[in-house]
Amino acid sequence: MSIEIRNIRKQFGQFTALDNVSLDVASGELLALLGPSGCGKTTLLRIIAGLEKPDAGQVLFGGADATNTHVAERQVGFVFQHYALFRHMTVFDNVAFGLSVKPRRERPSQEEIRERVMKLLKMVQLDWLADAYPGQLSGGQRQRIALARSLAVEPKVLLLDEPFGALDAKVRKDLRRWLRDLHNDMHITSVFVTHDQEEALEVSDRVVVMDHGHIEQVGRPDDIYEHPATPFVTQFLGDVNLFHGRVDAGQLTIGNYEQALSQHQDADGDAAVAYVRPHDLDLSLQAEGALAQGRVEHIHAVGPVVRVELQQADGQTIEAAVSKERFRALGIVPGDTVYVTPRKLAVFLKDASGQQDYVI
Amino acid sequence: MATLTTESRPVRYALTAVALVFLFLFLLLPLIGVFWEALHKGWQLYLSALVEPEALSAIKLTLISAAIAVPLNLVFGVAAAWAIARFEFRGKSLLTTLIDLPFAVSPVVAGLMFILLFGANTVAGSWLQDHGLQVIFAVPGIVLATVFVTFPFVARELIPLMQSQGADEEQAAIVLGASGWQTFRKVTLPNIKWGLLYGVILTNARAMGEFGAVSVVSGHIRGETNTIPLHVEILYNEYNFVGAFACASLLALLALVTLLVKSLVEWRLHRQQQASTLRTAEARMQAQAAQP
Repeated sequence: MSIEIRNIRKQFGQFTALDNVSLDVASGELLALLGPSGCGKTTLLRIIAGLEKPDAGQVLFGGADATNTHVAERQVGFVFQHYALFRHMTVFDNVAFGLSVKPRRERPSQEEIRERVMKLLKMVQLDWLADAYPGQLSGGQRQRIALARSLAVEPKVLLLDEPFGALDAKVRKDLRRWLRDLHNDMHITSVFVTHDQEEALEVSDRVVVMDHGHIEQVGRPDDIYEHPATPFVTQFLGDVNLFHGRVDAGQLTIGNYEQALSQHQDADGDAAVAYVRPHDLDLSLQAEGALAQGRVEHIHAVGPVVRVELQQADGQTIEAAVSKERFRALGIVPGDTVYVTPRKLAVFLKDASGQQDYVI
Repeated sequence: MATLTTESRPVRYALTAVALVFLFLFLLLPLIGVFWEALHKGWQLYLSALVEPEALSAIKLTLISAAIAVPLNLVFGVAAAWAIARFEFRGKSLLTTLIDLPFAVSPVVAGLMFILLFGANTVAGSWLQDHGLQVIFAVPGIVLATVFVTFPFVARELIPLMQSQGADEEQAAIVLGASGWQTFRKVTLPNIKWGLLYGVILTNARAMGEFGAVSVVSGHIRGETNTIPLHVEILYNEYNFVGAFACASLLALLALVTLLVKSLVEWRLHRQQQASTLRTAEARMQAQAAQP
């Protein structure tokens, strides 16, 4: 079922959690709401679920207005950040809960409930834990039980609040892949909230990047990563180096470095910032065509990529990531002076965004 | 890990001994004293002190006022704790303070409050008397005073518990389609049942043992408005020690029974958990064995 969010506004006292947010979620889509804490992503999720009431705006499920529909009647599955399993019930009773509270007319028989619960438990590969209490499970197991519980009532929409937030790295990776597979099998419209850009980019069909109650950008993960629409998105999606310069009629100038840009043709000597990801920076020992220079401070050579930290004359650090082969060919050691050239950069004019000096 | 304790053996023994001596002197010895005084002239006298009409009437009145006060405060306490722990509203801190009022006010003052409210010379009191209901120096006053002084126990027990548990589980139940009543019965209540039971035990003990407030509103009419504590005092003042301590032993017995019930319930819970842990461990081993 598709979800439409129209001009949602939500205040908590003086704090604006959501400011005129509109968003469409296509049927069967797996959508990520990504943003730093306090950006309004969880509030938006809870408004979709009906756990929170918007001050203004509408939520439509499958084209029908659901703004005033009670949570219990929205037919959503909600997985809470800390799972919220019923601690006094066994795993079986937890998963069966949604079915057993149905009105007598709609309630399946005991055997049917047992069958469906065991099927779900098999699906999350935890059928052998049916008799256990939540306190006896690991974090990853609890998460899967919480998911099974929300799926038991066959929801039209599945909402997950930081589903992997409280798990350790290894379990998190496994569960991510597992959720992706599950979604491929079930095709249930799903929205999940995360502050982890890697998670959002890896798992979802589309990513919504939010900040300060606004939607900054919506798009496919690769699209958002390759073409960030705002400085905030650029910075939030991963490590990035900042270079301050000017743009004049599509020509970028940073110190002695010059480059023609495809955008900003009408810029008139405007101050601008160029954002370059560490892996888009090449290192060289020649000054020719260099964007900047710096002294090698640290070299992290763990894994296939070598991360090199440079210190510029003004004290700013530059981080570059080069392949092991390139690093060996250069033969640099801490203390050397090296030059960086960008393979790809994103340029934003200062007045256009207003929050240029936001540094991560 | 005895090796991790830093205190030397004599210090540990000395501190333990101090604690035990203190417990013996202040808790065990008075308790033994009560039963000794009650029984040292024989069972016959003890029993006859309990079955004489005035004692029976006091026991009956005590049971009646507890039977009214405990359920009432159970409902009020759960409602108040639920409102305070789950909702944000204007005047919440005032309500929290008001719940503590019966603890803050001396029971005697609480009793006097009811006399000022419902006494024969007041508007409410004379109106009620005209309609055939005497509050002060009668059973309704005793019940009112008991309800008042025992009001905070359940709420006080539940508020921190419900606040620490949070509303997540209740919200999960509602999202899964449960009605408000189903959520309360199947999720909220099981989560707070131990705190609730403890609150009820305390409420009951205080309801049966309350002296000050009840003493002010009761009027001490023998065989009519005397509860057990009041009866004990009257007998004691009349130098009827066996009678006084026999009735007092009932209250002490009540305390022992509630403690016993509490330990029993805890023991059963512990057993249940152990059994479940065992089953899970077995299931885990079977699952591992089944894997290639």
